[in-house]
Amino acid sequence: MKSSFFAYVLTAAALLGAGSATAGTWGSPGMLSTPAPQIGGALLEPVLSGQHYKDGTFTGQVADAYYGPLQVQAVVQNGAITSVNVLTYPKDRGQSRRINNYALPRLQQEVIQAQNVRVNMVSGATLTSRAYLRSLASALGQAQ
Amino acid sequence: MLRDTRLMMNMPITVEIADAAALPGQLEATYAHFAAVDRRFSFFRPDSEISLYNRGEITETQLSPELREIFTLAQHTKIQSHGYFDIRRPDGLLNPSGIVKGWAIRNAARLLRDSGLRHFYVDAGGDIQSMGLNADGQPWVIGIRNPFNDAEIIKAVKPQGRGMATSGSYVRGAHIYNPHRTNTELAEIISLTVLGKDVLEADRFATAAFAMGQTGINFIEDMPDLEGYAVARDGIATRTSGFGAFVAS
Repeated sequence: MKSSFFAYVLTAAALLGAGSATAGTWGSPGMLSTPAPQIGGALLEPVLSGQHYKDGTFTGQVADAYYGPLQVQAVVQNGAITSVNVLTYPKDRGQSRRINNYALPRLQQEVIQAQNVRVNMVSGATLTSRAYLRSLASALGQAQ
Repeated sequence: MLRDTRLMMNMPITVEIADAAALPGQLEATYAHFAAVDRRFSFFRPDSEISLYNRGEITETQLSPELREIFTLAQHTKIQSHGYFDIRRPDGLLNPSGIVKGWAIRNAARLLRDSGLRHFYVDAGGDIQSMGLNADGQPWVIGIRNPFNDAEIIKAVKPQGRGMATSGSYVRGAHIYNPHRTNTELAEIISLTVLGKDVLEADRFATAAFAMGQTGINFIEDMPDLEGYAVARDGIATRTSGFGAFVAS
C-alpha cells in the first residue's frame, strides 16, 4: 500500500507541475508513456525529498469521478504528507433504491491473493483514481 | 507488433496490435477515433454536443445518431438496473460518460476488426476489449488489479473475446485490509470486475452493479451473459458461478 500511495502522490505532483486546468484538457498525449502501475520507484525519490509542504489539513476540490463526486483531504505534518482521507466517493447513484430480492445464487467466496501470473494488461478502477489525483493535486496546491 | 499508450479522455488508453501486418496508421486511426469521441461527447468540453444539449442550445431532434444511441443505451441500462444507473446528475445535467467510455472502446475494436486486423486489444482506463491472440500466439490474459495495492494483481483472466471492465472506489487507508475473515457481516464492495459479451456490456453493468453495493454481484449473477468478481474491503472476493471458466491458472 505504501508504494502505491507514493505513486499517487508522485502523479499528483506531476499534475501540479503540468498545471492541472479543467478536467478533460490537462495532460498532453504521450505524457503518460506507460500505464500507471509501472511508475518506477526510482522516480519517486526526488519528488518526495524535494517537496516540502506547509503543515495543516488541506481539502481538495470535488473532482468528478465520472459516476459521482470524489473529494480528498491531505494532512501534512513536518512538511510531509502523513495521510490522505477520502471525504466523498461515488457509492450512491440514482434515485431508485428498490431492488428485488435476488435469489441467493451459487456465489463462491475467497480471500484475495496476489497472483504471480504473466498478464498482458490490467483491469482496475482507473477513473476513480484519476479523480482522486485531481482532488489531491488541488489539496496539495494549497499546501505549497 | 504495435503498441502505444496515450493519455486521453482523462485516462491512459493502450492499443496493442499483434497482427504481423499491422500498420502504424491503424494505431493512429484508433487514437483519432478516441479524440473524436472526446470532442463530441465529453461532458467536460463546453463545445461538445452533450454540452450544447445540456445548455439547451440544441434540441433533442437535432441530436446526432451517435448521441441518440448513447442516450438509448443509457435509458436501457437505467431500466435494467432498476434506476441504479442514471446519467442524469442531481443538478439535472446529463453526463453520459458512463456509457461513452465502453461504447468508444467497443467501436475502436470494431474499427480495428473492420480494417482487417484479428489480434489486438484496446484498454481505456482498465476497461478492455481484446480479440484473437497475443504476439506470442497465446490467449490474451488480463489481470484484475488489487484494489489495496496498485502494483499487484489478484486474478488472471482469459476473456476469450469478451469485454472486461472494473468499477471501484478508492481504498481509504491500508489498515482496513484484513486478509482473515473476522466476522460474517457483509463488507462494502470496493472493486467489481465484470465480463460481458463486449466491453460496452461489461462497462455499463459494472458501473450499475457497483452502485448497488453488496447486492451488485447477485445482480450480475442473475443477468445472462455476464460474469463478475467483486472484492470487499475486508479482502474477501465473491465470484459468480460462471466466472471460474475464465480464470487463467
